[in-house]
Amino acid sequence: MRTGLIAKKLGMTRIFKEDGTHVPVTVLHLDQVQVVAQRTEEKDGYSAVQLGWGRAKVKNVSKPNRGHFARAKVEPARKLAEFRVAPDALLEPGSVLSAGHFAVGQRIDVCGTSKGKSFAGAMKRWNFGGLEASHGVSISHRSHGSTGNRQDPGKVFKNKKMAGHLGDERVTTLNLEVAAVDPEKGLLMVRGAVPGANGGYVLVRDAVKRARPEGVPYPAALAG
Amino acid sequence: MNIIQAYEAEQIARLTSARPVPAFQAGDTVRVAVRVVEGERTRTQAFEGVCIARSNKGLNSNFTLRKISYGEGVERVFPLYSPTIAEIAVVRRGHVRRAKLYYLRGRSGKSARIAEKARTAGEGPGAEPSPVPTE
Repeated sequence: MRTGLIAKKLGMTRIFKEDGTHVPVTVLHLDQVQVVAQRTEEKDGYSAVQLGWGRAKVKNVSKPNRGHFARAKVEPARKLAEFRVAPDALLEPGSVLSAGHFAVGQRIDVCGTSKGKSFAGAMKRWNFGGLEASHGVSISHRSHGSTGNRQDPGKVFKNKKMAGHLGDERVTTLNLEVAAVDPEKGLLMVRGAVPGANGGYVLVRDAVKRARPEGVPYPAALAG
Repeated sequence: MNIIQAYEAEQIARLTSARPVPAFQAGDTVRVAVRVVEGERTRTQAFEGVCIARSNKGLNSNFTLRKISYGEGVERVFPLYSPTIAEIAVVRRGHVRRAKLYYLRGRSGKSARIAEKARTAGEGPGAEPSPVPTE
């Protein structure tokens, strides 16, 4: 198992191919994605790499984190995330990863934080049908209806689907296809949509439900 | 310019060098040669109609052509920079006062006509079409 990458979602565009077809793509940006720390079997009980994305101003980094970055001798990063890796795929702190880590046509999984929808009713949140538009229904056209039985059981069961907060949660989209890779500009173009708003950070890794294709760099593609 | 705009500008430059886009606007009659794949071979099919709308949004720009085919109104939306379009030719320049000519849908015959624009020097169907300024 090799590491994934942190990326920033920039937005969507399209690629026109020579045969006339076009592909809708989401553009993901890799800016100075580098290894900040290692987790090892002996010390932590599992093996993983901690990656950082981009550059943060030192004044905006907390004192404990300044020490953390100083120990790895790397510039403070804007965003940190950990990826579990096999012990033979561990990377040295300070090594910078490139977009060439993923191959065109490869399947990947992308994790992001979905757009928050605030407090949403049962129709929007759980696709309930709502009540009728007429036949005596008043005021409660978008309500959820009944929440249970009567004196027996005398309570609303746990996990009953009701109105509440929707969105702003971790969402993983599986088996997205890599449409184009530009290691020089640090761009990764993924066919289709990716969770979250533009400007949000996403975690990109090899698809867990597909075998890793031949020819992708192992343990990682390093820049320079 | 942000990264996506830069990418789109690069793609537009690549696609317009392969197939230039003439300047035209709503009201103009335009002939589009579309590449059609039939099994093994490709041929071009012409679609000529009045441009009733243009949507300018960088690489995703498109335009709508409307024509009357065997008494039935037909509209088709073309992506401006698509490689499936072999050629875009302006046949006639019309004089209109709207950007979107959706009112033509409710009209037919005489009332659906568009007056030809008075020609100015260096313009018109005979003249070399000037390329669209890239944004």
